[in-house]
Amino acid sequence: MSIAQFLTIFISAVFIYNVILSRFLGLCSFVAISRETKPAMAMSLAVMFVTTMSSIITWFIYRFLLVPFGLTYLRTISFILVIATFVQLVEMVIRKTSPALYRFFGIYLPLITVNCAVLGVAVLNSDMFFINGKAVPGSFYYSAFQGVCVGLGYALAMLLMSGIRERLDFCDVPKTVKDFPLAFIIASIMSLSFLGFNGFRF
Amino acid sequence: MEILIPILTLGLLGLLFGMGLALASKKFAVKTDPRLDKIVGLLPGSNCGACGGAGCFGFAEAVLSGKMKIDKCRVSSDVAKEEIATILGRKLEKDLKKIAVLHCYGGIRVKDRFLYQGLKDCVAANLVLGGQKECVWGCLGFGDCERVCPFDAIKMSGEGLPIVDANKCKACNKCVLLCPKKLFTLVPITHPVYVACSSHDLGKDTIAVCPVGCIACYKCEKICPVDAIHVIDNLAVIDYNKCTSCGKCVEACPTKTIRRRE
Repeated sequence: MSIAQFLTIFISAVFIYNVILSRFLGLCSFVAISRETKPAMAMSLAVMFVTTMSSIITWFIYRFLLVPFGLTYLRTISFILVIATFVQLVEMVIRKTSPALYRFFGIYLPLITVNCAVLGVAVLNSDMFFINGKAVPGSFYYSAFQGVCVGLGYALAMLLMSGIRERLDFCDVPKTVKDFPLAFIIASIMSLSFLGFNGFRF
Repeated sequence: MEILIPILTLGLLGLLFGMGLALASKKFAVKTDPRLDKIVGLLPGSNCGACGGAGCFGFAEAVLSGKMKIDKCRVSSDVAKEEIATILGRKLEKDLKKIAVLHCYGGIRVKDRFLYQGLKDCVAANLVLGGQKECVWGCLGFGDCERVCPFDAIKMSGEGLPIVDANKCKACNKCVLLCPKKLFTLVPITHPVYVACSSHDLGKDTIAVCPVGCIACYKCEKICPVDAIHVIDNLAVIDYNKCTSCGKCVEACPTKTIRRRE
């Protein structure tokens, strides 16, 4: 466990293997909610929170339940189970304790329940920080940190996309590509430019 | 035996989470007003947004908290509104019913300045030097309002002017927003007198192109017993808060610009 490890995780999760632009996970919310910056940032915050928390919880499930019983092949379904339960629980708690926050997150929390980016980071953690079914030293911290970083990468992509789309609202765009077609084109160009980070090697 | 472990693990996991969620939903249950569901049930549910709320559910919440009047919903029937009022134990405050009124009576009485051969569409025609009519203030007569009206209340007459059916008009404001000449306003249905002109040109310029335009002669302003009509910027304007619909201005108007709705 070293600072360099964490830095590597940070740069690879945010830039090189950006969850949206390189791994192509969580695209539905990326296209749907990136029209304005404010809701995009709200969604990013929610995603960041959920990826971090689910990284932590799934680490426990994987380390203490799936690995000892030799059930690692069940990780997809059990991770989904955990994430869905967790998000539901969070939604209930927020609704009860803070109606203002609940209204702020609104539909975004349930949307995250089935967001593949969240499952993606959990699966990724179990791939990267477990070697031959054994946890590498400090894997818990790595997992949690990767959860944060994937959320950050998501937020970065959302911020870029919403900024571009807000400006495009003022442009005279042909009707045929207005809105979603244009969003797809922009997303692909952004993805290509993020490909440039692939040259980084550590 | 080997197959039992995964089944049991996953089954127990699911059971545990399910029970946890069930308990949590009890513990963190948010009490909602039972009246809310009833009101939502009575609303049309088409989420048209004409009330200004975020769909019917948003409207129901606003009504419940007293932020909006029940009568803001233009689509639901009077019976439904009464029922909502009784659920809330409130009296139904009725907004004055309004209808859209066209402030122009030119139509085919106004000649064309040039031959317009573009799209048969007011918005498009208006882009060309403000339309083909001699009067740049008046109705272009291509019937955009007829097409935009969702309630089928506007029909183009043979005179090249839209006619609003007072029974069908729901004052949804669509024609008001669309008309490129801004000729429609929403007027209380109780006031049948209106000024059928929107021209701010000088009187002599108006009468040169339109026989029924307002020439700003001030006769209506002088004869009005309640001081409800004024000539502002070469155009008579009625203040519907004061107007008693006595009809004296209708008789006095030399160009028959001020009219009474049938």
